[in-house]
Amino acid sequence: MKYLAQQAINALQLGSIYALIALGYSMVYGVLTMINFAHGDVFMLGAFFCLLLIAIVPVPFWLALIVVMGATALLGTLIERFAYRPLRNAPRVSAIITALGCGLVIQNTTLGISPYARPMPHLLDNTTFQLGGLTITTLQMIIIGVSVALMVALDFLIRKTSFGMAMRAISSDRATVPLLGIPANRVIAVTFALGAALGGAAGLLYGMAYPVVSAAMGISVGWKAFVAAVIGGIGNMRGAVLGAFLLGGVEVMTVAVLPSTYRDLISYSLLLLILVFKPHGLLGKPTLQKA
Amino acid sequence: MKSIGEKRRHLPPALLIVGLVASAALPSTGLVNDYLQFVLMSVAINAILCVSLNLVNGWMGEFSVGHAGFMALGAYASAILTVKLFPSAPPFLLFPAAVLIGGAVAGLAGIPVGILSFKTRGDYLAIITLAFLMIVKSGLENIPYTGGPRGMLGIPRLTTVAWAYFWCVAAFWVIRNLVYSKYGRGIAAIREDEIAAEAMGVPTRSAKLVAFVTSSFFAGVAGALFAHQLQFINPSSFDILKSTEILVMVYLGGVASLGGSLLGAGVVTILTQCLQPLGTWRMVVLPALLVLLMLFRPGGIMGYRDWNWLKPLLKKSREEKAR
Repeated sequence: MKYLAQQAINALQLGSIYALIALGYSMVYGVLTMINFAHGDVFMLGAFFCLLLIAIVPVPFWLALIVVMGATALLGTLIERFAYRPLRNAPRVSAIITALGCGLVIQNTTLGISPYARPMPHLLDNTTFQLGGLTITTLQMIIIGVSVALMVALDFLIRKTSFGMAMRAISSDRATVPLLGIPANRVIAVTFALGAALGGAAGLLYGMAYPVVSAAMGISVGWKAFVAAVIGGIGNMRGAVLGAFLLGGVEVMTVAVLPSTYRDLISYSLLLLILVFKPHGLLGKPTLQKA
Repeated sequence: MKSIGEKRRHLPPALLIVGLVASAALPSTGLVNDYLQFVLMSVAINAILCVSLNLVNGWMGEFSVGHAGFMALGAYASAILTVKLFPSAPPFLLFPAAVLIGGAVAGLAGIPVGILSFKTRGDYLAIITLAFLMIVKSGLENIPYTGGPRGMLGIPRLTTVAWAYFWCVAAFWVIRNLVYSKYGRGIAAIREDEIAAEAMGVPTRSAKLVAFVTSSFFAGVAGALFAHQLQFINPSSFDILKSTEILVMVYLGGVASLGGSLLGAGVVTILTQCLQPLGTWRMVVLPALLVLLMLFRPGGIMGYRDWNWLKPLLKKSREEKAR
């Protein structure tokens, strides 16, 4: 029982990082119905930006978090402006291929600059608490806390503000929204910035929790978050969070029972299984095919 | 008076046979060194991969990123035959069988993906092919029989220029006859509008299945040739980057085009060889090329067009001849 509870804490930690990344995938899909394959690599760059920042000036954790989120938000906007916006009205396949290409460019540029995995320095003193026989570290509490705070803020933004309303309007009818005087391009750019900022934050948190940063993270971790977003129903924010915690749980349990090399196999099989029975994910609404 | 059609009828087969003889005689003439032979084989193998992916991504208009997964299955199936099961069998019998079985295994794996494509389209189908690729790759990493993540070593070097040429011609011939047939036009109709195609009587389900199985069969064949060319395979040779490489060929050469597939495979293979000194940065150039292509010329060099000599004769000119 104690063992299970301990694993549940680990699952929460992994799940909240997945959730932050998955939200970025889901937001962009909700607004543009486009899979932003480059998002995993933005997450990876978040970790590298943090590494770079600490190498230049040793800053405290909170400042690093803000700077990294700002930098990735800028990057996300740039990718949107120069790679995706020219293709706004092109066939969907062109946009997916471009996204895949952008992701690989980012990943391999990073690999070219830093061919080896790097250790992440400690940003916080990590104290361990004993709670009724369970071990929980400050780091775990901060990761879960920061993630939940960001998710609540995002939920508030989407549901309660006029910007969020514009975002939801674009996702339900992109053609009509500009006619109503809403600056669609600006809203889309901000959506990308928000998604990328969450991805960057996740990159930093992941780097702190599993203190190795490498260029392959974008695929090994970032794409798992994408799987989580699809399992939950891509385009649906609450679905993304649900999918992320589900996948986090499944992965932690897999590693506890089987050799860790089975992790990818199990999570991608889970994805395939869910898509077979629920083709639009757990919470996604089926879209009608344009006749 | 002989029609133009009749002259064209005998020319291509004759040229193909000349090509086969030439490619078989090439190594013994000493005109080309081992490296050039390697490049020629790579062009042929990549052309098979490119034309078979083009069937799904170009003619059928879906987006598959799992081609490297089918290739991996073909490579592993054939390598198990030549390395583990029948290491002492005569190669001239074993190799064609191994390549065929490699293709068949990959083709069988294409059936479930094809069936899944009945219900899902577009983005979700892309996700399914991605999941397929990841499952194949991490599945292979967990099989100790084939060396796990270290892969298989000591595969005999059985791929020759002639074999690569033969399979390349076979792939182009089969896919040409498929896409220019009435049935194959149904595949292109699915790309344009699936609902309308179904309403016009196109058997969309069987057409999708045929397209996926044919495509994955030739991916498996290419994988088998690849394994016996490099003499070494491991699961990470068939990752998403390999799929991207094939995608670059398809979208550079031209979607839904046989000539484009040939051109794309040739250009990309030779470009990769020329960029070899760049190391990792080569992997930046290829995807960047893909992005630029999508931005400035989404159809590729020969999108939706073809050279006349690659097309089969039109029915009309055949009828004229009979008259």
